[in-house]
Amino acid sequence: MSRVVYMDNNATTRVAPEVLEEMLPYFSDLYGNPSSMHSFGGQVGAKINQAREKIAALLGARPEELIFTSCGTESDSTAILSALQSLPGKHHIVTTRVEHPAVKNLVENLDGLTGHKHRLTKLPVDRDGTLDLKQYEESLTDETAIVSVMWANNETGVVFPIAEMAAIAKSRGIFFHTDAVQAVGKVPIDLASVPVDFLSLSGHKLHAPKGIGVLYARKGTPFVPFMVGGHQERGRRGGTENVASIIGLGKACELAAAKMEEENSRVRALRDKLEKDLLAQVPHSMRNGHETQRLPNTASISFEFVEGESILLHLDRYGICASSGSACTSGSLEPSHVLRAMGVPFTAAHGSIRFSLSIYNTEEEVDYVVSKVPQIIADLREMSPFWQSEHRGRTGQSQCKCVC
Amino acid sequence: MWEYTDKVKEHFLHPRNVGEIEKPDGVGEVGSLACGDALKLTIKVAEGRIADAKFKTFGCASAIASSSALTEMIKGKTLDEAAKITNQDIAEFLGGLPKEKMHCSVMGREALEAAIANYRGIPLPMAQGELVCECFGVTDLEIRRAIEENKLRTVEEVTNFTKAGGGCGKCHDRIQELIDAAAKEAAGKEQPPAERPRKRLTNIQKMKMIEEVLEREIRPALRKDGGDIQLIDVDGDFVTVSLRGACVSCVASQATLKEYVEKKLREQVLDSLIVEEEKP
Repeated sequence: MSRVVYMDNNATTRVAPEVLEEMLPYFSDLYGNPSSMHSFGGQVGAKINQAREKIAALLGARPEELIFTSCGTESDSTAILSALQSLPGKHHIVTTRVEHPAVKNLVENLDGLTGHKHRLTKLPVDRDGTLDLKQYEESLTDETAIVSVMWANNETGVVFPIAEMAAIAKSRGIFFHTDAVQAVGKVPIDLASVPVDFLSLSGHKLHAPKGIGVLYARKGTPFVPFMVGGHQERGRRGGTENVASIIGLGKACELAAAKMEEENSRVRALRDKLEKDLLAQVPHSMRNGHETQRLPNTASISFEFVEGESILLHLDRYGICASSGSACTSGSLEPSHVLRAMGVPFTAAHGSIRFSLSIYNTEEEVDYVVSKVPQIIADLREMSPFWQSEHRGRTGQSQCKCVC
Repeated sequence: MWEYTDKVKEHFLHPRNVGEIEKPDGVGEVGSLACGDALKLTIKVAEGRIADAKFKTFGCASAIASSSALTEMIKGKTLDEAAKITNQDIAEFLGGLPKEKMHCSVMGREALEAAIANYRGIPLPMAQGELVCECFGVTDLEIRRAIEENKLRTVEEVTNFTKAGGGCGKCHDRIQELIDAAAKEAAGKEQPPAERPRKRLTNIQKMKMIEEVLEREIRPALRKDGGDIQLIDVDGDFVTVSLRGACVSCVASQATLKEYVEKKLREQVLDSLIVEEEKP
């Protein structure tokens, strides 16, 4: 493959060259254990503290409120299981229908994991993918232990009103966790003014390497460790630190803070151009997700009457990397639970493509993608039995009527 | 990313015989937009042979490749020869398909059957069965045939081949029954399907049933090796037991607990049971 136009940054991002450079010495010369008494290890510990401060600065948190983990999923599991253990009498959890599997599959399987029965409320979203705050408030009860709502959705980029939601939970004495894996580095976050108890982030979504995550646990919020072992992270997460990655994440957060303005102006403008041009040039296409309440980098577009995997494989020929919410790409037989929760018709959900940009994308790349997509869609539609024919969704004997 | 063979990629990128035959002699349409894939096959028949075939497909790469392969395979064949083509033949023509994508080859075969039935003016035999999967419109006849022809043994495999059970999952029990029935038939024993245990049990019922299974099957087996087992408590899905006799010092006792005791109890009482040893 010669050219690569990478527009799949909600899946993962490239490690920024500055981040890599910062990390390299810790794989070679500076291999000391930060817990050691000698200064050879101690200098590494000092560097970890600096990284912790940089990450805290991006989040508006205190350095001691951060716990290094291996990934966003570990952070999510730690937060939710900790809250349930510190409130042993409460077995109700409130979440949404559009959460990432890291939260979705955990909360759906709590009974087997914990040996207790739990009640789960999954808040619905509207056609734009947004939540109804009144419905949220009404879902909270005296039995509710924790609310877990993502800051921004990975498929559509829709951003939820976490500040308001967290304040409501706080006033009721309910723990609030947010999976902010897609939000950190893309939109400003200030935990000094947003009263969440727990926040998860993942390094590889903001140009740090894979294998490093952070759980923010507010000072004063009870905490029960998930991984028990040594004294690392003040006894809140055992295991020798992933030194190089922590240092890389510190650098990535510093860069993200410096580039926040660019992300929300130049990257947003590129995303808007990509979306506007594709919607204008491809008939029967639509945007998924609220037009303004969303991340600056994400565009989810549905192309009716064609199937996502086919589109992706054609894009792949041109070196264009994107994702799809279609059934075929996920290995399941139904399109993404996010698009279904939003009520996107099946005719469109199967043909959804997510383009997620980063500061490394250029206008020339956007033009390149716009120059390729319309022809790909036209060719596939030419082959589709539903295109320009009287059937719009049904053929032959089929009795498909899934309404899940 | 799926691992497609070069032949699948080639047929996906350069599909043969795309389009619709004007005034076709037979038309076969299967799938739907909601299901995520659909195929319309049109054939021209001359002197009992398929003189031409064209397709239009909505779906993933393997659906398009399977359709393209199908048209190449049937052109020039007599109707009777074509009718013998199975989904395995289509998959083999393409050098194999990922197991999750086998239903694409099944769709090709079904479209061919539908087109031949349409030409001959007879109703489609497979659609006459009992509807098992409502989400994807799959009948028991289609599932039975897939099980028999492809030697499927699990619900997951059936889903990979027919899509049945890939939606809401309500029909999983029924699919399992069809698998069991096919297995019994294959073994030459015609028996009515065993009554499935009830799903909702009170703790007392559970304890009684567990005690019965322990007494009837598990204890005699353990005693042969000088061991024994005692039921301590049942709380929700958690079954606490205590291993006695030779089991106490046996290094394989944990394996026995999970692989044998838990398996037996899941089969005969409730498939969500978790067996744990009493902590001293």
